[in-house]
Amino acid sequence: MIFILLPFVEMFYASLRPLDHLFRSPYQFYSDDLSFWAYREMWKTVPMLPRYIFNSFFLASVTSIITLLFVIPAAYSYARFKFPFKNSSLYILLAINMFSGAVLLIPLYKVLRTFGLLNTYQAMIVPGVAFLIPTAIWLLKSYFEKIPIDLEEAAFVDGASRVQILRHIIAPLSTPGLVVVGIYAFIGSYAQQFLFAITFNQKKEYMPIPSGLYEFIGYTTVKWNEMMAASLVGIAPVLIIFLFLQKYIVAGLTSGAVKN
Amino acid sequence: MNKKLKSYTTQTYIAYALIAPAALYIILIVAWPLLETIRLSFTNSSLAGEDYVGLENYQKMFSSKKFNGIVTRTFVWMFFSVSLKLIIGLIGAVLLNANLKGRSIFRVLVMPPWVVPIAIGMLGWLWLYNGYFGIIAGVGMRTGILDGPFGFLAYKQSAFISTIIADVWVGTPMVTVFFLAAMQGVPRDLYEAAYCDGASRWDRFFKITLPQITPVIITMSLLSAIWTFNSFEIIWILTEGGPRGSTTTLIIDTYKQALGNYKFGRGAARAVVVMILLMLFAGFYLALLARINKKISHE
Repeated sequence: MIFILLPFVEMFYASLRPLDHLFRSPYQFYSDDLSFWAYREMWKTVPMLPRYIFNSFFLASVTSIITLLFVIPAAYSYARFKFPFKNSSLYILLAINMFSGAVLLIPLYKVLRTFGLLNTYQAMIVPGVAFLIPTAIWLLKSYFEKIPIDLEEAAFVDGASRVQILRHIIAPLSTPGLVVVGIYAFIGSYAQQFLFAITFNQKKEYMPIPSGLYEFIGYTTVKWNEMMAASLVGIAPVLIIFLFLQKYIVAGLTSGAVKN
Repeated sequence: MNKKLKSYTTQTYIAYALIAPAALYIILIVAWPLLETIRLSFTNSSLAGEDYVGLENYQKMFSSKKFNGIVTRTFVWMFFSVSLKLIIGLIGAVLLNANLKGRSIFRVLVMPPWVVPIAIGMLGWLWLYNGYFGIIAGVGMRTGILDGPFGFLAYKQSAFISTIIADVWVGTPMVTVFFLAAMQGVPRDLYEAAYCDGASRWDRFFKITLPQITPVIITMSLLSAIWTFNSFEIIWILTEGGPRGSTTTLIIDTYKQALGNYKFGRGAARAVVVMILLMLFAGFYLALLARINKKISHE
């Protein structure tokens, strides 16, 4: 427990202390003038900070929306239809999950370069979506499977079209599942931004916060208190979303991987 | 009527049409680049252009002592990291599963390292590991264990250990959560029966809990091995593979060759080795999963 929380506590503590207290060796456990000064000052040290935060949100939102667009029909199909290669293709999806971005970076870099997409938002969105699709399909599939098929079949026999079924039965019943998968995609893409950002993007105006934070590491001194403050600001959104929805997310993830 | 109903789930063309966009996307962004990596590994591709060079990249790579050292190091690093994650994860799950006060709060509190972007969490660790001003060096100096400032990431051995600890920090929560989920799935009556028979706490753990969750333990060790093997950001941020290559794992080396030096060909050859190793892991994992599923469906 201490092991898990210490870094966060210390990050918060450091963010409250003035820089000259931090730069004392050996470590001082006590500071008498704690303040939120660093939380104000950090915007001046790295003036682009709001932009980085915006970029992070923008990238994560776009990535998760695109992921959902691809995943919803596929997951529905896996949950409802019987067709050849169904199981083997599901296992292939699982296997794809195991290839980290790092292995595929070389060809992706070349492709993005050929299409002139390096240093754009797309450079971080396109590969991001690909790595979220497999897990998202598995997650959403298990949600769709929980919707009783009888409902749909009854409607189908009564002459409802597939589109009508989708609109009146599936859509309302699967909203909670869609929200959870959407949030999973959001947190996932927020987390994976760093790798794609340092590899495919060198332009400051498109940088997401995880890589933007490294600007606090100046040439002579590192403004640790401000960097910690900004880190916590960068962490806060994901953490808040997660705390509110952790029950659903954990249940979804573990049921997908443990029981199946 | 029945025929119509049957067609509802067996119209394969609709099924395929629904999957097609996702499948095409994955083929384009994942499968094709995989093949391209293999092709590039036989060339001397760089920013300047490329020529076919046959097996040269592989010959150079396997004959270099450095590369063999990197492979060994990767596995040592992985071994320690995965074992620690599993042990701590198991202990954590047992504690969280026990009837303790406030356990629901603790269950939430173990998770932050898992959700927080690794790149940001590592900034915290950079500060903790700071040799002059960090808290770990500080405690060491005050208790007299260290006789002066000590940069944990500046020396070969301590950097190696420090990156493992940070990796364990990131990876343990997920392992814990999965173990916990598995423990909660163990049927209650098993414990009640054992309790009536007078089995001790230890007996109940080793004779009921452990055997019941073994499938999950095995799956998690494989999955965690794969993730650990793939771990890039942690080492990259803390040490960039240094000092003097002491924390350079296969993934780091691949990245450095390809995107640090823009030697795409050499990087690709390393990526192919990574791929083959990952496929072995993945094969194990899928075979195992298929077996477990079979067992479950038999029961």
